[in-house]
Parts: sequence; C-alpha cells; structure tokens
Amino acid sequence: MKNTISERIYDFLKDYPPFNLISKSKLLDIAAKVEIVYFEKDVIIFNQDEAPQEHFYIIYEGAVRLYRFIDDQKYNLDICDEGDIFGLRPLIINEDYTMGAATNEETILYGIPVSIFLEIVDEYPKVSQYLIANFATNTREPFSDKHKGRLFANVSSVQKVENSFAETQSAQYSKNPITCTVDTTIKEASIIMTEKVINSIIIAEDNRPLGIITDKDIRTKIGTGLVSVDKKVTAIMSSPVISFPEKFTVAEAQIAMLKNKLSHICITKDGTDKSELVGILTNQDLNFVQANNPVFLIRDVKHAKDIETLKYIRIKASELTKGYLEQEIPIYFITKVISEINTAITKRIVRLSIKELEEDPPVAYTWLAMGSQGRKEQLLITDQDNALVFENVPESEYASVKAYFLKLSTKVTEKLHIVGFEYCPANIMASNPKWCQSLNEWQTQFKEWIDNPTSDKILLSIIFFDFDYVAGDVELYNQMSDSVFKNVADKQFFLGFLSKSTLLNPAPLGFFKQFLVEQDGENKDQFDIKSRAIRPLVDAARIFSLHHNLKINNTIARFERLMELDPQHRDLFESCAIAFKILLQFRTSQGLANNDTGRFVDINALSKSDRLKLKSCFKPLSNIQEILKIRFNVALLP
Amino acid sequence: MFDFFKRKKYPEFWENHIEKLKNIKYSNFESIRFVVLDTETTGFSYEGDRMLCIGAVAIKNNKILVSDSFEVYIKQEVFNKDTVKIHGIRKNGNEIKVSEEEALRQFIDYLDDAVIVAHHTVFDITMINVALKRMNLGSIKSKQLDTNYIHKKIATQDKSKKIFSLDELCDIYNVKKHDRHTALGDALITAYIFLKLTIKYQKNNTLNLHDLIKTNYYLNK
Repeated sequence: MKNTISERIYDFLKDYPPFNLISKSKLLDIAAKVEIVYFEKDVIIFNQDEAPQEHFYIIYEGAVRLYRFIDDQKYNLDICDEGDIFGLRPLIINEDYTMGAATNEETILYGIPVSIFLEIVDEYPKVSQYLIANFATNTREPFSDKHKGRLFANVSSVQKVENSFAETQSAQYSKNPITCTVDTTIKEASIIMTEKVINSIIIAEDNRPLGIITDKDIRTKIGTGLVSVDKKVTAIMSSPVISFPEKFTVAEAQIAMLKNKLSHICITKDGTDKSELVGILTNQDLNFVQANNPVFLIRDVKHAKDIETLKYIRIKASELTKGYLEQEIPIYFITKVISEINTAITKRIVRLSIKELEEDPPVAYTWLAMGSQGRKEQLLITDQDNALVFENVPESEYASVKAYFLKLSTKVTEKLHIVGFEYCPANIMASNPKWCQSLNEWQTQFKEWIDNPTSDKILLSIIFFDFDYVAGDVELYNQMSDSVFKNVADKQFFLGFLSKSTLLNPAPLGFFKQFLVEQDGENKDQFDIKSRAIRPLVDAARIFSLHHNLKINNTIARFERLMELDPQHRDLFESCAIAFKILLQFRTSQGLANNDTGRFVDINALSKSDRLKLKSCFKPLSNIQEILKIRFNVALLP
Repeated sequence: MFDFFKRKKYPEFWENHIEKLKNIKYSNFESIRFVVLDTETTGFSYEGDRMLCIGAVAIKNNKILVSDSFEVYIKQEVFNKDTVKIHGIRKNGNEIKVSEEEALRQFIDYLDDAVIVAHHTVFDITMINVALKRMNLGSIKSKQLDTNYIHKKIATQDKSKKIFSLDELCDIYNVKKHDRHTALGDALITAYIFLKLTIKYQKNNTLNLHDLIKTNYYLNK
C-alpha cells in the first residue's frame, strides 16, 4: 500500500549506510515498520547496563552522545549525528547496553525493530560487514582479533567498485598521421617512413584511410623479394583498415588488436573507414599507457635538458595522480610513483644547476628532502622543504665551500620553484645558510635539539628528522641519520617531548558536533585535515620509529614495520596505516578537485559517506595517541 | 408492524465503534493510543465539499508508529479544480480510490478506541461526521484533541491569538514542513507537534488525558 510516511522514511534511510546496501523493496518494508521518537535536549535514551530495547536507532535530526561509566567516572565515547546508527550491537548479540545514550540537542530518532533487521543481516553480507566494522569502532577495544581487517569495511562499502586503471583509461594516440596516396610506390613510401621515423604509413584518399603499410609488410613482402619495391603501395597494403572513433578505452583497443592480429588502428571522425582520418594508435601507444607511463616520465626527466621540460613532466605527473585516484589505484603505489618522479626531477635540477655553475662541487655533499617529500608522501605540489650537507672541511676552506653550496642551492631552489614547488614560507631550504651546513654542524645541531627540546626546536626536529637522501653522496646521509638515532637512544625523554607536542592536536572525535573548524581567517568553517588528522598520524609514526631505531621515513612503511616489531599493538598500527592512506587519498582528491593543497575541508560540503570515511580515521588516531601518552610518560613532563 | 423501540441496525463497523467507545476507560497516558489525522477536501464547505483523502498515524507511549498508519483516497463526486493546486489530488489521478463509504468503514476500523488528535480538529471531524450522516450514521464517538488548543494552553505568549496555523506551529516547534498538503504528510507533521507539545506539557505536570481534554474548550462538550 502506498504510504507517504514510509516513502519519506525510505528516502531518508536510503542515503545512509548500511541501508544504502539494501534493495528498495526491502528498505520500504523496513521504513514501514519504523517508530519515530522525539527527545528534548539532555534526555536519556537508554542507560548503560540496561536490558536492550526492541529497536535500534538512526538519528533523523539532532545529535546523541554515547557515554560510559568506568569506576564512577563518566566518559563520553562518541557523538552521533544525522544518519548515524546506535544501540544495535546489544540487540544483535543479546547483551545489556554497554554504554548509555542521551540526546545532545533536540533529537528525532527512527527506531528500527531489530527483528526485521536480523533477516537483513543474514541476507546481505555487506550489511553484516558494515555492522562489524561499526561495532569495532564503537567499542573500547576496537582492535581485538575478531575485527581485524574489518575495521574499514564501512569505507569499502561506500566506495565505488574498483576498476582497473588501464582498462578504462582513454587511450592516447598520435594525431595527424603521415599518409600517402595509392599512386605512391613502395620505395617512395619507405623513404617517407625512414625520414619521419615511423613504423607505418596510411594510404589515404580524400583523407579517408584505404589501407596501411607497416614495417612488418616491408620485411615480409619486400625484404623476401615477394614484391618489387617499384610496385605501388596498394600491392602490399592491408585493407580495409580497422578504425575506431576518437573516444575509446584502452581495453577496447586492445581487444580489437588481439582479435584482428593487428598492431595499428586508424582513428577516424566517426569510427568507420569512410570518414576523415584523425590519428593512428599503435600497440606501443597502448603499452605506454598500460605500464610504462611513470617509467617513461622518469626516463624523460633523466634526459631533460631544460627546466621547461621538467615543468611539463611535473604537470603530467599531476595528471597521472588524478587518473590514479579516479581509478582508485592504491595510495601507497601512487605516492611511490609521484615521489620517484619528484626525486628524479630534483636530482636532475641539481645536475643542471651544477652544469650552469660551470664548476664541480669542491667536496662531497648530499641534497636532502625534508617533510612530506622526505617521507615520500607528496602527491600534490606543495612547498619545497630541503637542506644540504657537505663534507667536513678545514676551517680555512669552510667559507669558500659554503659559498659554493649556497650558490648551488639558490639555483636549485629557484628551479624547483619554476617547476612548481613553491618556496618554503618558513625558509626551510638549502639556500638558507642555516640549512646548508657541514656534517659536523648538522650533528651538533641535532644533538642540541635533542638535549634541549624547547618548543621551537621540537618543531625543527619534526621537520628535519624526516630527511631523505635525494642526490649526492649517500655516505654523508648515513652518517647524519646515524647520529640522530644515537642521540635519541641516549635521550628517551626527548620522545616524550615529541609526543607531548603532537598531543596538542588531539584526535577530532566529536567531529561534526563539536566546534572543531578553524575559527577565523580565510579558512573559517573549514576543517584543517592536515594538522588535525594527517600530521598527528605522521608524528606518531615518527616517534615510534625513532623509538625503534627505524631508518624508514614513509609513514605507511613505518606503521607496517611497527606492526612486525610491536605485535602487541599490531592491529592498532595497521588501522593507523589504513587511516593514513584514506586521509592522504582524501586530501589529494580534495586538492585536485579544488586546485589547492587540499589542506582545508569544508565539512558542510561533505557527503555522508565522506564524513563516515573521515570519522573512521579518527578513532585509530585517538587510540595511538593514548599509547603515546602512556609509553613516553607524557604526564610526567614539565 | 413497525417496532419503534427496536434499535435501528447499523453496519458492523459502526456497531463496533459504538460498542468500543461506550464504556471506555483510559488508563495511564503511556498506554493510550492516539490517532493523529488529517483530511484533504475539495473545499471548506461542510455540505458542498467532500473529503479526498484521509491520512492518519498512531502515537503510543510518545512514539509515532509508522506501521500503524492509514492512508485512503476517496472517489470524488464533487470536484473543485481550485483546490487541486493545494492538495495535488486530481479527479482521475493515479491513486487507488475507494468510495466514501468504504473509506469511512476502513477509517473507523483503523481508529478503533483511539483518541483523535488533529490540527483544527473541528474541521476534519465535521467533514467526517457529515459524511457519516450521509450514510445515516451518527457522529464519531472518540475523544478528540486539537494541537491548536494544546499549544494555546501552554504557550506563554500570544494568549490573545485565537488560531495558530499548522505552518505557524511548525515554525514555533521547529518541525520540518515535508509533504505539506498531503493528508498523511500533514498528519505526520501534526504528530510531531503533538509529541513535542505533550513532552513540554509533561514537564510541569504529570500528564493525563483529562488535562489534555480540558484544553479543548469547543470539543468533547
């Protein structure tokens, strides 16, 4: 029976997980059985340790806080808002409520009878997966073995189906291909092909493709003496040609080539051989798209003779990032590729700059990347953070050596700027005399930072301890990092200071209800995803890595190594790695969409699934911060 | 031979209605079933206009029970094209429609022994009563409440104002105006307002039906 209310409820439910996973007719069934409850602010919905009700709830309007008493102390666990479900777990596993729920503001709830929902759980595996994930993030011990690997099932449930990158990407082909007429001789055609360095030529009439000759035809039909070179091209051409319209995917082209045992496809206006020729696609073009794209870019970097080429390659790399993200290629892979390209560009720029100076470096040096580039986590073009270390030299030579490297660094940073890496506003660049030093100076400085961790020095430690080798002498880099670990190992309290500093940014748990957006300035009402979510995870990974003497810079790699080293917290580190991947991906897509650094997120503009995605990342963050607090005795620090 | 004293035989649904309401005793507020209703009509004339649709949803223990809701469209004898733009029900629309008699039978069955809640209840109930009269039946026996009067009773300001529209109450009590001018949509909105009103009313008083009914100066006399 048609019912305006249940249709309205259906309309609401269908946008929220797990209801978005349920068929329309089933969901209409559920909607027709909903109970609507209204509560004023600060009213208890259910108490901790109470027997479960027959309904669980989804918030239609308002907000609900979940809390728990432990030793008479009340802890707020979560604040749920529109579209969140709560109070389901005890109903399913038939236990008393493990936490209380009360309204945080005027609230309207939809109560859903658990009896009908249990059928759904059986019928839809994705729903049960979602719920397991949801339970996992709502318990005090979200990392128990039972929920391992499932924690982020809710995220995958709101993501689109994965496509293989290569298959759906539209293929690139050569435009304005070289053609000849039917009257051309094979010899003339071969001369054209040789001159233009092409491996095929199209025989066309009125710019319509009639046939094609490839290297293979010349090898098999001319080279073998089967046909004379003085004959017309029509004697050996393959005709008709296989043609495609201008827009097609790699997968389509591949299939056509395999089916017809061809290496070349003509691209025409309407996709038939009766219309105007616009391009030619070779199997090499396809290979290029499929696997070698970043490889090609890096190869091009190595041969780049000027800065404009490098800039062009960097733009190409941005496009590559975008394509990868759209295709949901794993973020770890994307960061790897992009970092490789960035590193190659920087290396090349150092080379080009030395050439420009027309003077080889007087002593060994190392160009270092700092911050996100040092961690190989740079997806979008951000600021440049770099530094230079040179070999220890006698005092008499110091001034001239330093002058050389400052000159070099200035050239490099200028070029990086042209390529698209903005100058660092804090001037953390090798062109700054403070960050262009001898090995001795660096080692003294690191020791000083670790021995006397004042807040400004902690800030510098955070940036500089993620340094990574880019160009020059590897040995200098090794000596530098060795001295950091040695100093940290001697001064464990330093890690406590680092922890304390990162804990100033607590996990944004009541994300959507507490006032956590920036309060003023240009980015008012925006959530700073970098400093509130990404950086704290990066910080935590760094602290634990320093603690374990890990010579790894990349945050994901750090967490993955920590999983092996610290099995007690294996699941926690794993969830942090996943959260970090999600956040990085999120920030990058935001940045690409808005053409900025992606750092500030307008939370009002987020879809529910994006909100959930973000929210699911904050719990691991909050948990690892708890561990930091305890492990490094933060409470005991001044 | 005519037996004047023999009670006239009513249709079964009406007999049931009278029987149920005859000696009804309402216990505590939480166990009372309220039926919040709204009608869409061809116009405002009790005699000349007709009901197009009745929508209703039940409330029990401060909960709106979607599973206990009611919606019926009525075949039209009278058609007023001016009000079509308000309620959107055309003479030959897509809704499955039943005769007025059948609609009333279904509604009275659904109503059971519930207390009626509406906004400007007099209008809806009179429309229903006039229709019942066309079937040679009496007036509806159920107790009736009006959100307008409950609001006036507890509103601290605007005591002088006689009538509050549903839209005004939506604004005052912060209720979203979804599906305005469909019978069931308006019934749901009225139900929200009723929930909010009774919770407010409950704050200072132990709520009982008697108090609520006292808010209806013009009904339940």
